[in-house]
Amino acid sequence: MSSPILKLIAQRIALGIILLLAISVLIFAGTQILPGDVAQAILGQSATPESLANLREQLGLNDPAYIRYFHWLGGVLTGDLGTAMSSGQDIATSIKGRLWNTLFLAFWAAIVAVPLAIALGLTAVRYRNGWVDKLISGLALASTSFPEFFIGYLLVYFFAVKWQIFPAISTVYEGMPFGERMQAIALPATALTLVVLAHMMRMTRAAILNVMQSAYVETAELKGLSAFSVIRKHAFPNAIAPIINVVMLNLAYLIVGVVVVEVIFVYPGMGQYLVDHVTKRDVPVVQAVGLIFAAVYISLNIIADIAAIVANPRLRHPK
Amino acid sequence: MTDGKAKSTPLLDIRNLRIEATVYPPGEAPKTITLVHDVSLTLEKGKVLGLIGESGAGKSTIGLSAMGYGRGGVRITGGEVILNGRDILKGGKEGFRKLRGREVCYVAQSAAAAFNPAHRLMDQVVEATLLHGTATRAEAEKRAIALFKKLSLPNPETIGERFPHQVSGGQLQRVMTAMALCSEPDLIVFDEPTTALDVTTQIDVLSAIKDAIRDTHVAALYITHDLAVVAQVSDEIMVLRHGRLVEWGGTRQIIKEPRQEYTNALVSVHEIEHAEQNPGATPFLSVKNVTAAYGGGQVKVLKNVSVDIYPGQTLAVVGESGSGKSTLARAITGLLPPEQGTVTFDGRPLANRLADRPKEDLRQLQMIYQMADVAMNPRQTVGTIIGRPLEFYFGIRGRERDRRVAELLDEIEMGKGFVDRYPAELSGGQKQRVCIARSLAAKPKLIICDEVTSALDPLVANGILKLLLNLQQHEKVAYLFITHDLATVKSIADSIAVMYRGEVVRYGSKSKVLTPPFDAYTDLLLSSVPEMEIGWLEKAIKGRRMASAGN
Repeated sequence: MSSPILKLIAQRIALGIILLLAISVLIFAGTQILPGDVAQAILGQSATPESLANLREQLGLNDPAYIRYFHWLGGVLTGDLGTAMSSGQDIATSIKGRLWNTLFLAFWAAIVAVPLAIALGLTAVRYRNGWVDKLISGLALASTSFPEFFIGYLLVYFFAVKWQIFPAISTVYEGMPFGERMQAIALPATALTLVVLAHMMRMTRAAILNVMQSAYVETAELKGLSAFSVIRKHAFPNAIAPIINVVMLNLAYLIVGVVVVEVIFVYPGMGQYLVDHVTKRDVPVVQAVGLIFAAVYISLNIIADIAAIVANPRLRHPK
Repeated sequence: MTDGKAKSTPLLDIRNLRIEATVYPPGEAPKTITLVHDVSLTLEKGKVLGLIGESGAGKSTIGLSAMGYGRGGVRITGGEVILNGRDILKGGKEGFRKLRGREVCYVAQSAAAAFNPAHRLMDQVVEATLLHGTATRAEAEKRAIALFKKLSLPNPETIGERFPHQVSGGQLQRVMTAMALCSEPDLIVFDEPTTALDVTTQIDVLSAIKDAIRDTHVAALYITHDLAVVAQVSDEIMVLRHGRLVEWGGTRQIIKEPRQEYTNALVSVHEIEHAEQNPGATPFLSVKNVTAAYGGGQVKVLKNVSVDIYPGQTLAVVGESGSGKSTLARAITGLLPPEQGTVTFDGRPLANRLADRPKEDLRQLQMIYQMADVAMNPRQTVGTIIGRPLEFYFGIRGRERDRRVAELLDEIEMGKGFVDRYPAELSGGQKQRVCIARSLAAKPKLIICDEVTSALDPLVANGILKLLLNLQQHEKVAYLFITHDLATVKSIADSIAVMYRGEVVRYGSKSKVLTPPFDAYTDLLLSSVPEMEIGWLEKAIKGRRMASAGN
């Protein structure tokens, strides 16, 4: 019974894997095209030709590019992301904590932003074209239109400097108590919420309004359901696919697009890590972070696709 | 029930109802139009009142006013709607919500669209009952299953677990009736409940609705444009036109002794005399053993079909939806290349694929569609639309083109004033006429008419059929006339092909096909066409030899 749906899901996952491999090739090729030599960069100006040649041999830089690619890919697949040039540390170990921090921040921002956006969207539809709708849309659009650094500094100015409720710098460390950690991320999470809110809210509103024209919405109204029940029970389930799509896009943004917010609040996440190492021209780290971001982006989009497939009763319950 | 008392206080008493809407014509100031002009009606408990009229007559608007509902900006601006002794218009939003789904329920024209695709049927059927707290879930489901049985739905115990897309259109319409009956209302508004169904399915649904009304003693407003249908279920009939009352009387009086000229026109519609022409010596278009399929040969929709079309004559193709009628047209025009078989035109084979056919072949075969409004570019004027084939096929331009367009407009009985109009400014019948003119402009030998009158009101459809017959005499054009409506077939065809599940089950001249003995399917099809006669429904159900495909 569910074989067509399983087939569709398997197709999506297979496509995602192929896409990810293609991106890994791109990332690898991109870093190869960049000028400069890793061995030279590690040893610095004072390197002798012998030591350079030795290190090249040691790093396998004399091998053809495709062998180095598979070598790198093999490492990635077994959890070995290589060694950072600037610090000589193992990349996988340093990324672990950073990735955890980024996910922590994104998680709490999403926990607030997604339900809030959908609730605001539903409310806007309930009072469509009235002042409530216009107020919600206006505020949401305004918060999106401000650049995120501006929102960040506004929050810092009021909540950290003027009223001193939350810290301006979101320092977190391992073993930090949960309460303190939450207090530390309050401002960056708020900034992120404000940035992604409008997009999801507007899409929820548009998707549901589209469904509100349907005959089954009239049927529900003629059963005597209240306006809000009609939207929640009859319109929303049929508008879920586009909403999930835009939610997932924004979740991906919360993970891969938080560079600016992390830098403003000096939050030790992936974005800051990436920016630090781009300035140091640390190619292996940039490769590793790029690949992780691509993986996050693709997986969330696969989840959106699968959710849209599963949400469709025609596919879930074929004739 | 005490009859005397029920008569003194009617269930529904609508007095001087006035309904208005604001329209926003492009480039003009918004204006208020009146849709219903001071209409009054009363309905006793357990009785059925048929509301009949063409589109725009205000029948749905009046029906919905019994629930205090106005579609898309429609407002009730005057009069009283007294239901169970109180004026519901004074109850406010809260009052409407309490009576909708409780005292008055609604059955929509297209149940397929009116059921929510995301929920199981049972959840939707019992929703109103649970909302108004008249029964527990278990009681409501038991009641629903009993109703499914009464409406002779297959697998009444389990059909509620299905989703709307898993159930056929005719069955959905009956589930919708069960949904309306489930909360045991006093009144049900049936809004064209069988119009979207095949004729063979319509008769089943109609009979199920009639039995359910009789057994549950619910009163009903039955809205339709088909007088023969409403005559089967109604105690009284009200004829409406342009939002005004034309005539109101008992069913027998309305169909047998109509007092108004307009009612008479409605009753006598469909009666076109068309003498059958004998087939000529050689057909100009022959379809030979054509088999066609969708999905790369997976779903065979045409099986070994052979028909001939003679110059200047009409071949009518009849059958239910899904019987392959339109696919036959697609195979002939090359839109769906046949897998096997050939189409010969003027003694030579036509290329299977549309892309392989020369312009001259394209010109000879033209099409007219059911939905005239989506078959025209909304941003082109009538003149441009009709002029396009003249430029494309003949290279006629400028003044000569304008002269031909004027001639064509004349032929379709529309004046010169329409040249600069846009499709949105035309009525449904006028749009279809423009499509006819567009196809005639190519001077084709054959016009394929795909359900061209199905979306039109009976009187307008009648005008279109007369026009097509006149044009055939002048222009010597042949028609392949696809329809599910047998009355239309009788008035226009010279020969008939009856299709059933992709096959031609009966084929020949009109007189031959319509003369007994019939095969089982043709018999079912013919006996399912509603007749303007009280008691026809019971007789037709009794005389059936096979069940319709919709079940």
